[in-house]
Amino acid sequence: MDVRIGILALQGNVSEHIDAFRHALERMGRGTSSEVFEVRNTAEIAICNALAIPGGESTTISRLIEKNHLHEPLCTFSGGIFATCAGMVLMATRVDDVRVRTLGLIDMAVDRNAFGRQKESFEAELSIKGLKGGPFHAIFIRAPVATCVGTGVTVLSRMNQGVVGVEYGKHMALSFHPELSCDTRLHERFLKKLGVCFRSEQKTSDMSKLTLPDERQIQ
Amino acid sequence: MKLKELRFGTELLKRGFASMQKGGVIMDVVNADQAKLAEEAGAVAVMSLERVPSDIRKSGGVARMADPEKVIEIIDAVTIPVMGKVRIGHFVEAQVLETLGVDMIDESEVLTPADEQYHIDKKLFKVPFVCGARDLGEALRRINEGAAMIRTKGEAGTGNVVEAVRHMRNITGEIRRLKGMEYQEMIDYAREIEAPAELVIECSERGRLPVVNFSAGGIATPSDAAMMMQLGADGVFVGSGIFKSTSPERMAKAIVEAVNHFNDANVIARVSKGLGDAMPGLDVHTLRDDEVLQTRGR
Repeated sequence: MDVRIGILALQGNVSEHIDAFRHALERMGRGTSSEVFEVRNTAEIAICNALAIPGGESTTISRLIEKNHLHEPLCTFSGGIFATCAGMVLMATRVDDVRVRTLGLIDMAVDRNAFGRQKESFEAELSIKGLKGGPFHAIFIRAPVATCVGTGVTVLSRMNQGVVGVEYGKHMALSFHPELSCDTRLHERFLKKLGVCFRSEQKTSDMSKLTLPDERQIQ
Repeated sequence: MKLKELRFGTELLKRGFASMQKGGVIMDVVNADQAKLAEEAGAVAVMSLERVPSDIRKSGGVARMADPEKVIEIIDAVTIPVMGKVRIGHFVEAQVLETLGVDMIDESEVLTPADEQYHIDKKLFKVPFVCGARDLGEALRRINEGAAMIRTKGEAGTGNVVEAVRHMRNITGEIRRLKGMEYQEMIDYAREIEAPAELVIECSERGRLPVVNFSAGGIATPSDAAMMMQLGADGVFVGSGIFKSTSPERMAKAIVEAVNHFNDANVIARVSKGLGDAMPGLDVHTLRDDEVLQTRGR
């Protein structure tokens, strides 16, 4: 399956997500047959089979979603959504701030800035459920947490303050910023769930194995 | 997770924070009401200060860090990040703002410099810094001192975008010229612009500064903001431009939308309609030498 990944480019660290997805696709041997690009309107969202909602300011992104009439197209999007930090806030059903209108795509309640202000931002080695290759070097920047999650939502990782990573159907939402880590294992996992497989896993006569899953490592 | 396993105040966290502001508008505010208005309008962050630059210009004297009470009032009023200005070289003002919980510190030429030789050693802090620059050499010297974000200096408090344009063109133009240079020429150029060679080489490889580059200093209209974005800014700071205009709320929203759609003239035209008067402007050529802010710190 070829994949078209749209990065919601309203505000925030968009280019890092583009680079991370391109890198992940390359590692999966899918670099040439897939596209990663910025999306800003309904027509651009409609041609994607995956979206990413990047980190940024959730109040600002929420307002721009309204202003650009993107609430409906995002809520009804049929593909998977990869959401980080502010993106995770937007995916929730409930948030501790009435001014943020969430998309309600993952049944969870989220607290914004749960760890405090920027000086309390941190890096940590995080163990993530089902992720091979050791702990994930996670970068938390004024990060949110999920304070409770609904049934059917898989918790990927948890800290004292709450849940910092979830999977639900095709969606993945993370408190931290994998796009800043130079480690694409979570991007790859998201893509695999969507049905994008490693070139080397395809049952074809093509034996040019560009990337093996077990070659993955933290750069 | 044990606390000792967490790492705070790293370069990656500082630059990461700056990166989250991309595509956003950071607005100068002097009290809680203005901060709320800015947040409501869609600002990504607010800059807390005692007086906006155009008022600093008028009142003269020594301009310093804002009263901590004022900063706390603003921090308590909004959930978006709050930044604060300190005088160039005044590391104790920076220590104070860090303690108060400010999310980013602007070591700013808008305030009266406290040290005419040295800037703050920004690597000693957990909180990230933004610094002004007029050209590539100045930007890279600040990054070398630990700045996580650069902004063009422009000429603050004038409502005149000409200097911001000059500084942005300087920086992007110099980086483009690096592309045509071979290694030894780059080393020579680094010496000429008084910047670390490894940072010059990094700019050449990336085709941009190693940190986020915003525009500031004279942005007064939605078109000004969109122009700076088209010239390559990652986002904009608006100082006096919002609250010295006749309708701050509409101006704030219009500038946010213009930055969001900086390549779409239809949107910029629509949001610019009937905005009322922008802030009163100043011709920078009429400023006396001692009234020019951009030459402070180099």
